Amino acid sequence: MKFAVTVTLKKDVLDPQGKVVGQTLKNMGIKNLNQVRQGKFFEIDMDEKDSVKAEGQVKEMCEKLLANQIIEDFKINKAE
Amino acid sequence: MKSSVIVFPGSNCDRDVAVALERLQFKNSMVWHKETELPKSDLIVVPGGFSYGDYLRSGAIAAKSNILSEVISAGKKGALILGICNGFQILIECELLQGALLRNSGLKFISKDILVKVQSNKNKFFNKYKAGEVLKLNIAHNEGNYFTNKKHLEELENNELIPLKYCDKEGNINLKSNPNGSINNIAGIFNKNKNILGMMPHPERMADKILSVEDGLGLFLSLMN
Repeated sequence: MKFAVTVTLKKDVLDPQGKVVGQTLKNMGIKNLNQVRQGKFFEIDMDEKDSVKAEGQVKEMCEKLLANQIIEDFKINKAE
Repeated sequence: MKSSVIVFPGSNCDRDVAVALERLQFKNSMVWHKETELPKSDLIVVPGGFSYGDYLRSGAIAAKSNILSEVISAGKKGALILGICNGFQILIECELLQGALLRNSGLKFISKDILVKVQSNKNKFFNKYKAGEVLKLNIAHNEGNYFTNKKHLEELENNELIPLKYCDKEGNINLKSNPNGSINNIAGIFNKNKNILGMMPHPERMADKILSVEDGLGLFLSLMN
């Protein structure tokens, strides 16, 4: 069972990398761009058939290691 | 005084700290991250470097290593812990210190000498300095931009838990003298009990006149008091 996890900086935390990427895209001519937030992507493959249990474990992984919840948010999506 | 310096794969300031400590007659042990027992120590130093290649977030992997659970329980029992640079990042990741260290606001790795003002000397780490003294220390980091919530910031400011702030030659603390965007020019913080200190500048690099100034030596001398 595969999960896709994205970790991004919280809304009120300055994301200088995302800002620079966004500014560069604007300079490239994309006028209707609002903003870019840069984050991290994890593909997690679990040997588990119970999807509720697996998702619970992935959530725990995010809370304990993958995201620093003081500054980051995470989103979990089932990949398959 | 007995000290332990924790060594991770990627630590690169561990020996500098050890040299500074041994010069002052600390009985020092180097402790590898895989160890499960900490030698009896009055001071534990988590040194600078790039533990585990800064994978995931600076300090995130080191914070889950074997020896860190020993460091955490020693810290909770009141042992003196000093985290320098990557060591500060590790102490934050293992929640011995609160807040977060973000990427420098200028997006660049900064390696240079800076000035910091001693905000308070009523603690174990800075009692050999005068309050208001300006020190020349060195910084070398990519994620030193300290950030915390408003409530915790007030707690830090109101309880003398910010011993060091970036300043200029005259001791002015302002945006211009802030190298990395750190909130309120914070260069180092204590936990509530002031037995755990995390700081981005490297005192061990300013502990011998042959190399530079001796402005960092006072911190190690204070610890012997």
